[in-house]
Amino acid sequence: MKRLVLSLLLVAGSATAQDVLIRNATVHTAGSRGTIKNADVLVQRGIIRSVGPKLLTPPGVKVFDANGKSLTPGLFAGFSDIGLEEVSAEKSTVDSSIELAGTGVPQTRPEFDVTIAYNPASMVIPVARMGGLTFTALTANSGGSLIAGQGGVVRLDGDPSAAMTGTRLLFVNLGAGADGMTGGSRAGQYMLLDQAVREARGQAPYASPYVLLTPAGRETLARYLAGGRVVFSVDRAADIRQLLSFCRKHGLPVLITGGAEAWKVATELKAANATVFLDALQNLPSGFDQLGSRLDNAALLVRSGVKVALVSPDSTHNARKIRQAAGNAVANGLSWEDGLASITRVPAQALGVGDKVGRIEVGMEADLALWDGDPLEVSTLAEAVWMHGTSMPLRSRQTQLRDRYLQDPGTLPRAYSR
Amino acid sequence: MSRPTIAIALAMLAASASAAPAKPAADPYPSTYQRIPAPAVLIRNATVLTGTGERLEGSDVVMDQGRIVAVGQGLQAPEGAQVIDGTGKWVTPGIIDVHSHLGVYPSPGVSAHEDGNEMSSPVTPNVWAEHALWPQDPGFGTALAGGVTSMQILPGSGNLIGGRGVTVKNVSAVTYQAMKFPGAPWGLKMACGENPKRVYGSKGGTPMTRMGNVAGYRTAFIDAQAYMRSWDKYLSGQTSDETPKKKSRWGKQDEESGAKGDEPPSRDLAKETLMGAMKGDIRVHIHCYRADEMAIMLDLAKEFGFKVAAFHHGVEAYKLADRLAAEGVCGALWADWWGFKMEALDGVEENVALVDRPANGCAIVHSDSSEGIQRLNQEAAKMMAHGRAAGMDIRPERAIRWLTANPAKALGIDGQTGTLESGKMADVVIWNSTPFSVYAHAEKVFVDGALLYDRADKSRQPRSDFMLGLGVSP
Repeated sequence: MKRLVLSLLLVAGSATAQDVLIRNATVHTAGSRGTIKNADVLVQRGIIRSVGPKLLTPPGVKVFDANGKSLTPGLFAGFSDIGLEEVSAEKSTVDSSIELAGTGVPQTRPEFDVTIAYNPASMVIPVARMGGLTFTALTANSGGSLIAGQGGVVRLDGDPSAAMTGTRLLFVNLGAGADGMTGGSRAGQYMLLDQAVREARGQAPYASPYVLLTPAGRETLARYLAGGRVVFSVDRAADIRQLLSFCRKHGLPVLITGGAEAWKVATELKAANATVFLDALQNLPSGFDQLGSRLDNAALLVRSGVKVALVSPDSTHNARKIRQAAGNAVANGLSWEDGLASITRVPAQALGVGDKVGRIEVGMEADLALWDGDPLEVSTLAEAVWMHGTSMPLRSRQTQLRDRYLQDPGTLPRAYSR
Repeated sequence: MSRPTIAIALAMLAASASAAPAKPAADPYPSTYQRIPAPAVLIRNATVLTGTGERLEGSDVVMDQGRIVAVGQGLQAPEGAQVIDGTGKWVTPGIIDVHSHLGVYPSPGVSAHEDGNEMSSPVTPNVWAEHALWPQDPGFGTALAGGVTSMQILPGSGNLIGGRGVTVKNVSAVTYQAMKFPGAPWGLKMACGENPKRVYGSKGGTPMTRMGNVAGYRTAFIDAQAYMRSWDKYLSGQTSDETPKKKSRWGKQDEESGAKGDEPPSRDLAKETLMGAMKGDIRVHIHCYRADEMAIMLDLAKEFGFKVAAFHHGVEAYKLADRLAAEGVCGALWADWWGFKMEALDGVEENVALVDRPANGCAIVHSDSSEGIQRLNQEAAKMMAHGRAAGMDIRPERAIRWLTANPAKALGIDGQTGTLESGKMADVVIWNSTPFSVYAHAEKVFVDGALLYDRADKSRQPRSDFMLGLGVSP
């Protein structure tokens, strides 16, 4: 019946570049249907229209034979500066932070929004996409600020429209890493956060010499307090407990990035319906906030019912390492399906785009990756990537360099190769 | 530049090329490493990657008295040997990381632990990484769980000439001397490019350009050449008169002739190190990203008569792979790091495979990271996959050399470890599967024949002093 309806719909419009029938894949839906073998995925106008065995090919729709290989949703690239920086050490190419108050001087500018600086033509994007990454959360990380600014979710399709609707995120740094911004004590962080909240609620006069926020900052923070997503960077178990209490007090959903010691407070995190974005490779005490780091952090949290998403251990340029992190989480006790979900469905849902990306289900964006082996295995590469149903060229600055140097040089220097 | 002249009874200069090979270089901070006594071990019926380029199916490995006794099929267990069923397992030589900062930039990364870069002057060959190596870095234990049995600890790359590196066995100890790889030559850390010129140029000092970098190396080596001449002259006895006399480098009376020595030249720690490099006693390891800069460093090496053991990081090594192979220089590389600075912009995921490709190519997968060192096998697996996709079919028996035999060669310890050959140190890893997988675990790790890590036995998992009493270890 469904098929019939679809076919009828199709008669009306001709096939476009966003139409494809992917035949005979092992479809890892990252959704309620789990993994479906020998399944087809029908994409029309960039949207997944049907998933199942032996689908009919609507007229004009191109067929791609997957030969039984693994098809996954396009992967999450973690919190990153993809499109916000070209070369990390070259400040002129980096737009993910501001220092309006001067280098290292604390400032509180929640109105700072990095998504405006997003460059869809960044050379980092094709590299990420070759690794099967199709969406990321642009991150404000103003080093001098407790409230680092806003970011949002973008799809890595080179579309200039930047952040996906309704996905603005506010980033707040807590713990030892933020000490320098808050007078040297993490107690100061809550003091200042509480003050900012009071200002946003109009409980402090603009004229006070101690105000933290500009009028625009007050408006921005007020919007988040009224029902937005704030991502807190925090690792130490004691700090996570404080954060949970802060979020409870202000009615905020709990989104944590870091969470090195989250396993210690798994019960509380579960009760708070939290999502923890963690680095699955972190097992060393990089500082005193991370003393409890361990490789089975993800597995322990999921076992306790906490929602776990991953971040890339090496963000932005090497964001593709998130897939390796997922594999390692699986090697350390997470189920394979939860491993895949941690870099697809879970981050998408936590960031407000779960109805568009992160699963292979009817109605979702056709952002897909086809793999030449187990998608979580390091020796596996992406064979094809579709975004909005369009096959993306697996070509980047890196592959062009490779191709130039793979061959013996001719009589002319390599600069003459294309 | 400060050149402290600390009187030390023994000079370490005796390790000249003519020294008897059996005698380790005179070292005022000598290794006190002792292998941990262990019963003989027979690993039976495993897939063995020997590190010599061979893959042996259904094979056995016998170790005894800290050494590999035999590798092959149907071997006899020595008297009292522990027999381990290797069915379904893979056995490799212990992994060697040619580039680590464990102990000098340890966890936790607090300010008191920043001991890897003596950035008080751009040329500090006088400093030795080993003198800052904190043996309680928990990173040694996690590296061991990744199969790493030896590593070189290097100073950082803030300086043009950063100081001496030290090669250690990955054993838990209270002192670094008890980890120090017996007889391993020192490394000399040098750095090209952005780091030194940024560190000093940003302070308004020199170097602030790549021109200044190269001038800095040359000036240092010119000074060291003069120093070396004065020692050579002194040692050959041609000082005040023309009559040659035999003298030792530390200016004692020559035991054979009984002749009274002339005053030896004043010792200079910085120049001693550079002299050691020029005499071939100290291996030169150069942090260098760009192909054009590697070519300059190869010319520098010729100008001053030293050999480059390896270019480290070498993000552009693939552009110069044939030259590196022809000159016998290894490329110690990451799998996929790129873009974090301009000199890392041209990274490709086929770098390792392309450096490995020429005849005599010497590719090494290195970490420079407390995380990366734990899974060098995975890094290699990524490189094999990208090599394969680019038409270079690299088998496990070849790729394992990137982690074992090749770093051993660069470090000058290939006579001792890096392959599973009889007589070598019994540095051995048993893996639960092919090591080239994200799901691979090092199940058992032997150092000199002693089982020092066992994934299934907590009593065989080291914990650093630092990790005690924190209520966090599983």
